[in-house]
Amino acid sequence: MGVIALTWGDVLLAVLPLALLTLVFGMQRLGLSRPLLVGAARTFLQLALVGVVLKSVFQHAHPVWTAGFSLVMLATGTYEVARRQTRRFTGGWTPGLAVLGLFTAGFTVTVYALLALVGVDPWWKAQYAIPLLGMILGNTMTGIALGMETLTKTAWTQRAVIENRLALGQSASEAVADLKRESVRVAMTQIVNALAVCGVVSLPGMMTGQILSGSDPQAAVRYQMMIMYLIAAGSGFGTLLTVRLAAGRLLDGRERLRLDRLH
Amino acid sequence: MSDFEAHGLTYGGFGPVTFALEAGERVGVTGPSGCGKTRLLRALADLDPWQGVIRLGAQAPLDMRASAWRRRVAYVPAESQWWHDGVGSHFTAAPSERALGELGLGPDVLTWPVSRLSSGEKQRLGLLRTLAGRPAVLLLDEPTAHLDTQRVLAFEGVVRQACEQEGLMALWVTHDAEQLRRVTARGYRMGPRGSWEEVPSWA
Repeated sequence: MGVIALTWGDVLLAVLPLALLTLVFGMQRLGLSRPLLVGAARTFLQLALVGVVLKSVFQHAHPVWTAGFSLVMLATGTYEVARRQTRRFTGGWTPGLAVLGLFTAGFTVTVYALLALVGVDPWWKAQYAIPLLGMILGNTMTGIALGMETLTKTAWTQRAVIENRLALGQSASEAVADLKRESVRVAMTQIVNALAVCGVVSLPGMMTGQILSGSDPQAAVRYQMMIMYLIAAGSGFGTLLTVRLAAGRLLDGRERLRLDRLH
Repeated sequence: MSDFEAHGLTYGGFGPVTFALEAGERVGVTGPSGCGKTRLLRALADLDPWQGVIRLGAQAPLDMRASAWRRRVAYVPAESQWWHDGVGSHFTAAPSERALGELGLGPDVLTWPVSRLSSGEKQRLGLLRTLAGRPAVLLLDEPTAHLDTQRVLAFEGVVRQACEQEGLMALWVTHDAEQLRRVTARGYRMGPRGSWEEVPSWA
């Protein structure tokens, strides 16, 4: 409505400072030019594609399209969690646990928000469902990835400690209790920090977007509050569930540490 | 029937191993590095997979949760690990002042931070930490590697006393032939190819 439309020429102008940075990085041989270029190209292609796809999803206004798009987001998030792990579980457990955590926490929180808070009719309406799910899944993904990475990496380096605790007769859950706590804590720190500075140091993208497109700042702020709380709850529950199940996978029925299940 | 025994025990490609301990008995195990001594102790504590028969009195490991078995058959690793900040938080029951004193440790050692402990102090406290759980069997893996001669003798004395007074059994793994003669009357020798033979007397 009120927003000034950007032309492709404007986008090109936005690339200019980035091109300059790539050049400077290249001269300093930081090895960052290439990943930066690839990342910029991916952003261009992915967003261009999403623009086209979303337009058609919005036009069709059918739950199958919303569900299809959500599944693509879920699959990409799962892949991204697995890609960020130094050590993965054998037998596909890493993506398995990731998809379970993402789905259980991310989808539950999103559906709750659509039904109980936003109250849009129909509740699966793509204009609301997809951006909401995207923001919640994106943050839950980061939490799950960090939680699993901390858990498996620490178990690997603290092997002697865990086995000494087991040798002293501690149960499997006692022996890895500290490990689980630390993993969830590390994963949640980013969200806790984001909650603390939201609106003061950082103006979140969604709120900024709404204000740019002419929404009343007070209405935009309420949306942002909702998003922040949902994101925190989604990542928290997703991380708790995944870390708990992953920790269970580190030990077997005879309460033995099974680092052979990591590779 | 013996109080702690293994029959045809195989583990991680080693064995078969057969032995029997009577209540209060201390038995030595020796052999070259890499012959599977540590792995034997880990298998007996059910920390590693094994096949065959292990029995403590009438009970086998699978009769109970592994953690319950390990409180009865306690493995003491060569390097003890400490995960809390304070020494005392690692103890389920405080050791007696007498036991601490015999090992040359003051009663205030339990209030120390772990960072203050030397490797020798960790090794002695590691023994007391395991004994505090009142196990029936002690599986000792090179338990005195970080100790000077005087402390070695004190360490041996504490184990011997627990065996003679409380019927504790100890399987003692070491390279130290002198120590084997001091603390055990008999034992077993492991070969590089996984052989296992009884040594009726170290003399």
